[in-house]
This record gives sequence, structure tokens and C-alpha cells, in this order.
Amino acid sequence: MIALDELLRRLRGLDRRELIQWVENRWVLPEQSGNTWLFHEVDVARVELIQEIRHEFAVDDEALPIVLDLLDQVYGLRRQLRRLCDALAAQPEEVQQAIRSALPPSR
Amino acid sequence: MATETPYEILGVKPNASSDEIRKAYRKLAKQLHPDLNPGKPEAEARFKAVSAAYDLLSDAEKRARYDRGEIDETGAERPRYSYRPHAEGAEGWRYQPQGEMDLSDLEDLFAAFGSAGGGRGGRRGGEGFRARGIDRTFTMTVDLVDAAKGDKKRLSLSPEEWLDVTIPAGIEDGQVLRLRGKGGPGFGGGEPGDALIEVHVAPHAVFSRDGNDIRMELPVSLAEAVLGARVSVPTVTGPVTMSIPKGSDTGTVLRLRGKGIQRRADPGDQYVTLNVVIGYPGDPELAEFIEKWAPTHPSDQRRGMPPL
Repeated sequence: MIALDELLRRLRGLDRRELIQWVENRWVLPEQSGNTWLFHEVDVARVELIQEIRHEFAVDDEALPIVLDLLDQVYGLRRQLRRLCDALAAQPEEVQQAIRSALPPSR
Repeated sequence: MATETPYEILGVKPNASSDEIRKAYRKLAKQLHPDLNPGKPEAEARFKAVSAAYDLLSDAEKRARYDRGEIDETGAERPRYSYRPHAEGAEGWRYQPQGEMDLSDLEDLFAAFGSAGGGRGGRRGGEGFRARGIDRTFTMTVDLVDAAKGDKKRLSLSPEEWLDVTIPAGIEDGQVLRLRGKGGPGFGGGEPGDALIEVHVAPHAVFSRDGNDIRMELPVSLAEAVLGARVSVPTVTGPVTMSIPKGSDTGTVLRLRGKGIQRRADPGDQYVTLNVVIGYPGDPELAEFIEKWAPTHPSDQRRGMPPL
């Protein structure tokens, strides 16, 4: 976990006001600790993601929340799917076999 | 602890000019040079760090790449970050959409897998895992006549697969029929699941349902109403002949016993409400007759209306 200043130091080329705006837009959700923000690894990676989408892919502030929302949905689904796969992997081989044979072809 | 940036090592600002960087380096190099600090390993380590920092920042191209984040403080290519392992990692839940996909969605998914997840029929033990097959659900629509008298229907699931469904007489709209053993196959020798068929009853142009009875409105001519007649009337079991008594009127209700919902034990009835249609409203002979007839037959058809 790192504070705002350390994050700005680490991700050079990131504008302080811009980063604060992103947090205020709730695009990034650092942990609130007293008067400071603490950025977890996932937050840091997300800031880098936003930086990339925003500047390198030239997605503007209007479209960015939509992109983030869709990404969050995809990752949310992937997390749930992973849980399901873990649950299936814990089943006896016979059950796994039955599920595999019941899966329709994906095309 | 955070690693120092080359700017911090040299004690200059990130926007320092190359001149400032060179001056800062020279000053530190003089202080820390190993020949001037014999037997002080920390000074030697510091000197190496300062040299490396100066090496990076004195090269305009390297400095620019560092500023853009393409290389790290050692000059090594910085690994491309990836958000994905974080999003899918232990902390990724913090950015998961709230209320859109949660545990209950997953439980719905399991419900779609039927009771194989550990409900009735599921059994785990020394002899292996057995589970009942899943239930499959279908919908079909029948018309009111078929619903009233019962029917056999074939529900096609695919060109090669179908279910023969017996529609019981009097089935209600939305009623679910269960065909035992027609669902998915069981696991590990477990019994198959059931097919659940939700039956919808389509509204009918002539008949409507009233409990176990059928109702309909029958148009009749003026002559049939006044003089009586025998007319053909449709019922759910086919047309029948019905007597219209002499002197009937619009709103007269006639009953056809046993022609309603065809329940085996106690079938319902069909109620026919007559609707008298003049047929020739502009006919001069009719008008001539009514002109003579009406003065001696005063009537106020609206006297029963509630006052407004």
C-alpha cells in the first residue's frame, strides 16, 4: 500500500490533479485512512490502466467510465466463473466427466 | 521502502536542467569518491548509486525514456504492467460491479444445474457419487378448446426428439405438467430428472372460460327471438342443435348441460347469451309495421338505468 505522493513518484508522467479527479470520479478506489489515501497494488495497476486508456488510446473522460464499467463487468464475471470452475474441480471425477459430456460445443 | 529515484539520489528536482544535474553529480562524487573515503563501504555504495543515477540522467535519451516510464532506475526495460492479474486476484473484488453479479447469481446458475449440487437425490458415500438428473423446463400453448376437452400434443424439442404430452381436460393457464423421468440423465446411476411443461391457454375468439363452464354470445335474428327456432351452436366438443324459445330477447341465457369443461366426473356447462340482431334496420315493411305497432306498446327500456 502506498500513499498518493509515492504513487505519483512511481508512475511518472501522472498529473496530481488528474489523479485526484480520477479518485473523485470513483474510477479508482483507494483505501481511506484518516486524511490520506492508501493505494493497494490493484489500485496502482488500475491507475496505470486508466493512464494507458486515457492517454495512449485517447479515450476521453466521457467514454472512459463506460470502458471501465465494461471491464469491471468482464472481470467480475471471470471471477465468478473461476469460483464455479473451482467448485467443479472439487467434484468427484464422475461428476466432472458428466458435466464435460453435457457441455454443448462452444461454437 | 520505496526505491529512490535517480533525481532523489542526486538531490535534484525532476525538472532539473542537465547543467544542474552535472553540478549535483560532481559535488556528490567529490564527497563520496572511494579514494577519498577509504574503509567506508557505505560511501562506496552511495558513490555507485550516484554514478548510476548520473549515468542515466546525463544521457538525454535515457532520461527521456526513464521519464516516460519505459525503463527503470537501473536502465532496465520496465516490465509492461498488466491490470488483469490484479483484477482477477485477491483484491479484484473491490472493483466488481455491485449488485449486478453476486453470490445469488451464482446460486441461480447452480439452480439451473438442477439439484445435482446437493439437493434431493444427491448422495455421496463409499460407493461413489449418485445424483438425480436435472429437470428440464419447456413451455407450450394450447387453445381453449383443447384445454377444455383435453388432448394429446407432441412437443418437438429438436427434429429427433419430442415429448408426447397429455393435456388434461380443464388445464388452467400457466399450469405446469411434470413428466417423470423425461429430464436430463442421472449421474452415476441416479434417476433421471423430470420434464416440466408450463402450459399456456390461448384466448379464444368465441368461447371464454368461467371456472368449469364455457360462456359465449350467440347472435340471433329478430324472427328467431320472437318466434323461436332451432339453431346450430358451436361447443368445445363440436356443434349441437339448440332450441331458442319463442319470445327470447337479447341477454337471454340458455344452458347446454355438460358442454363445458370436459372433466370426467362432473363436466361443466356451456352458457349461451343471446344477442338479437335486427338484420334489416332500414327495411320499409318493418318500419311500416313498427309504426302501427309501437303506439299501442309503449315501453321505456331505460327505466332500469341508474340515475346519473
